[in-house]
Amino acid sequence: MAKKRVMIVGGGLAGLAAAMKLAELGIDVDMMSLTPVKRSHSVCAQGGINACNDQTRQLGDSEWKHLDDTVYGGDFLQHQPPVKEMTDWAPKIIDLMDRLGVTFNRTTEGFIDRRRFGGTLYKRTAFAGATTGQQLLYSLDEQVRRWESEGKVKKYEFWDFLGPVLDENGNCRGCIGQDLVSMEIRAFPADAVVLGTGGCGLIYGRSTMSMVCTGSAASRAFQAGAKYGNGECIQVHPTAIPGADKLRLMSESARGEGGRVWVPRAPQDTRDPKSIPEAERYYFLEERYPEYGNLVPRDIATREIFDICVNEGLSVEQGRQCVYLDLTHIDAQELTRKLGGILAIYEKFQGVDPRFTPMKIFPAVHYSMGGLWADYERTAEGGLQLASPVNQSTNIPNLYAIGECDYQYHGANRLGANSLLSCIFSGLIVAPGIETLFESQKGAAADLDASLFSREVKRHQAEHDALLKRPAGHENPYLIHQELGEVMTKSATVVRRNDQLDAAYATVMELHERAKNCSLSDTGNWTNQNVVFTKALLDMFPLAKAIVKGALQRDECRGAHYKPAFQMPSLKCEDHAGRRREAEQWCDRFDENNKKWLKSTIATWNGNEPDITYEDVDTSLITPRPRLYGLVGAEVIEEVWNERQAKRQAASGDQGNGAKTPVVAGAAS
Amino acid sequence: MADTSHNGHKAPDSFEVRILRQGGPGQNSYWERHRVKHEQDMNVISVLQRIAANAQTVDGKSVAPVAWDCNCLEEVCGACTMVVNGRTRQACTALVDRLLEDNSKEIELQPMTKFPVLRDLMVDRSRMFRSLQKVKAWVPVDGYYDMGPGPKQSREQQEVAYPLSECMSCGCCLEACPQYTKVELTQRDDESDADFQKRKNAAYDSSFIGAAAISQAVLFNSHPTGKNTAGERLDALMDEGGIQVCGNAQNCVAVCPKEIPLTTSIAKAGRATTIHAIKKWFDR
Ligand SMILES: Cc1cc2nc3c(=O)[nH]c(=O)nc-3n(C[C@H](O)[C@H](O)[C@H](O)COP(=O)(O)OP(=O)(O)OC[C@H]3O[C@@H](n4cnc5c(N)ncnc54)[C@H](O)[C@@H]3O)c2cc1C
Ligand code: SF4
Ligand code: SF4
Ligand code: FES
Repeated sequence: MAKKRVMIVGGGLAGLAAAMKLAELGIDVDMMSLTPVKRSHSVCAQGGINACNDQTRQLGDSEWKHLDDTVYGGDFLQHQPPVKEMTDWAPKIIDLMDRLGVTFNRTTEGFIDRRRFGGTLYKRTAFAGATTGQQLLYSLDEQVRRWESEGKVKKYEFWDFLGPVLDENGNCRGCIGQDLVSMEIRAFPADAVVLGTGGCGLIYGRSTMSMVCTGSAASRAFQAGAKYGNGECIQVHPTAIPGADKLRLMSESARGEGGRVWVPRAPQDTRDPKSIPEAERYYFLEERYPEYGNLVPRDIATREIFDICVNEGLSVEQGRQCVYLDLTHIDAQELTRKLGGILAIYEKFQGVDPRFTPMKIFPAVHYSMGGLWADYERTAEGGLQLASPVNQSTNIPNLYAIGECDYQYHGANRLGANSLLSCIFSGLIVAPGIETLFESQKGAAADLDASLFSREVKRHQAEHDALLKRPAGHENPYLIHQELGEVMTKSATVVRRNDQLDAAYATVMELHERAKNCSLSDTGNWTNQNVVFTKALLDMFPLAKAIVKGALQRDECRGAHYKPAFQMPSLKCEDHAGRRREAEQWCDRFDENNKKWLKSTIATWNGNEPDITYEDVDTSLITPRPRLYGLVGAEVIEEVWNERQAKRQAASGDQGNGAKTPVVAGAAS
Repeated sequence: MADTSHNGHKAPDSFEVRILRQGGPGQNSYWERHRVKHEQDMNVISVLQRIAANAQTVDGKSVAPVAWDCNCLEEVCGACTMVVNGRTRQACTALVDRLLEDNSKEIELQPMTKFPVLRDLMVDRSRMFRSLQKVKAWVPVDGYYDMGPGPKQSREQQEVAYPLSECMSCGCCLEACPQYTKVELTQRDDESDADFQKRKNAAYDSSFIGAAAISQAVLFNSHPTGKNTAGERLDALMDEGGIQVCGNAQNCVAVCPKEIPLTTSIAKAGRATTIHAIKKWFDR
């Protein structure tokens, strides 16, 4: 029998972590990636990676609180056992990355330094300068190179994953790849295929993501029958620098250090911003949120900036949406000292010094919480059964999903610095599971009848050839991509309305049909980037449809999915008794809403459209509770809510922290 | 109406881009001109994107779009290195308005010259990754089980190591280096992929390793655990194509987009290899 092999598609943090761990377990690995793995998108992450640590522990932090912050931040839309396991492992993952040589910033005594990130009270975030993602990725890349030099890992860089190969029983037995240089299409028999192919920001045209983040690989698995979860949950970051090619992140710390967000009161005022008098400036965050001002939470800042430009027409520029983020009132030297690194990014790409000229920023699509549906095996304690072959597996046997392309860890909204963690964690735990899987498998994929693979190669080759042979003069793939980006950005980002989503769905359907009619400007068979892009574009549509349809159907607000028509109301009564009554009703409505909507959106592809069903979420560890930020009457709702919780706990005989007892009916699976 | 660039200079409505193209390895290269409409906040990547969307030369001839390499567009992935207006650099941070300030007529793009051209502006830099293997640029940990934290490190140590760890394998330093010369092999008809790879590796291993890999060897030799295999890295640096090839021209450090102190690394490696050689001589 041939030796069993694993094919890992994608060499970001997730794929590399899996490769390294599999190699350690003695399993041979092939790795396929569009870019050399060292150039994967993970290098873009700046901020850091979260883990409870010795210091925070003494301030009352624990792995459990990290779990709580993560599921609360995600508005309870994620299954809790995988998150619990991840937060339990987080401190060990930091230790491991430290041993691998990551140049984490140090305290004077030589410990790993930490900073505080959004969504928590604790300084959990370890960081390496302003390039944490790059440093983490490099240390994994180095370990994988070490295994490569020993022949345990074989890399196929500049290769495009075209799809899984399924046998007659629907089991995955390998995949098809295409060499981006020679354009050769070939089969890779594999006893397990792991997708660690990252996010899908390019569906929105421009985003903060890298150019290979098209979601094409996930889409190809989806079209082959893999389920796609919570597609509509897309995170938009409030402050990015608009660019002609990409939207680049501008860190929240600019506002933290006193940056003020404003627009001229006169629409598209063409004067030099510094000459516009105070009275003619609209500091809309400060006016609308006097208490928090420019430091309102991310989702609120995002919505308000969006509203000012899109609905109020007050964008700074004609034909392009942006607002001022102004630091010019702060002493230039102080700015250099505190914000030097991030201001340099602005200057590098805009050619303007933000210490003297207000920056122009706008929200940008940043992260996809949704992704390929992945499974897990739960222990009685509520964690994961390690080494279970079920962990991270898709619904297609032998096909796994890890990293940003799975839907598992971040629910409806991701906390900052939690993604690098989930990527490494999911990569590490998938490995022992595959080891177990291999013990139970009979035969190796490499020994299967070759016709299974040659048939698939032929099919993909025929599709490729047909694309090249398209008559000229039809649709232009780059222009269709632009149109897709526009409709997605308009309808399925910050504020969602059913009429817009309805129209957007029709537009996406229509664009998909047009895209099938693209003709290529390059019909050669050598490093043809035109055909590779066109294929990726075609594969954006199934995911775009899943995102829009999921958003259209989810009639509520949850995390990043904000639909004002279904927002929970503020309390209106002025007197306490009235407010209590309203708060009771509010809590009833909250429970009702959870019964209906605290469910994962599951899309399956029917060949033309996604069919949507819903699955219960395992909330057995931490009871879902309302997020009350900014609501009038929040204290009263909280009071009522806590009383109800206490009663429920007493009734179910639970003593402790509320763990293990699903108190919201219908929420547990 | 013409756009106004940030510093008040009038930017043109459009500008010309002159690109050195090549259909594939071993083929002749040729210059081609494109005219691109000026937009706000353009960089060389967005210029290439516009050309891809509408691949027509200045004479209105439809051509195949230009092939190039990029990913992050933030100068952290190292993919997009090319020679822009005669200077090796990242295309993503090459801002059009700045380039037009130097030469308002045109922007000139060429592939790197020290690596085999795959097509147009795409080159094959696998030799760089091979060099990282050669110097064993990794921390030789026992394994990936939980063994507690790594060795404690001082802030000073981190501040020395961090800049070196930012190397993104872009290859600018190698393009600028007079000692680094192109190695380009062609697969023989009767040669298998594996055999060809072996022959390429052998050729890479005997050619100059370059500043980036030398600096990585220094990085790992300074790591508390990496130190344990310092001798092996020094052996690699003293091997054929090792540090002795460096003529100390210092071109490398001037072009590194990450401002990595390459000449400091080279000096450190030079001293360490000398000591290592003497020790080895006495241990004979
Ligand atoms: C600007 C920015 C800043 C961020 N900062 C932080 C932060 O501070 N903290 C944090 O926790 N998270 C952060 N994130 C999120 C985090 O960086 C990503 O979620 C994470 O890096 C994703 O890693 P990954 O391994 O899943 O995929 P990626 O790193 O995206 O890698 C995907 C891999 O798949 C390959 N691939 C894709 N498609 C195909 C295909 N069709 N065929 C073959 N190969 C394919 C690619 O080549 C690549 O190797 C940030 C994100 C952005 C955009
Ligand atoms: S110092 Fe050495 S490595 Fe750097 S450019 Fe000169 S010869 Fe090349
Ligand atoms: S040392 Fe600098 S120039 Fe050389 S490869 Fe690294 S980042 Fe690029
Ligand atoms: S695209 Fe990554 S460095 Fe330019």
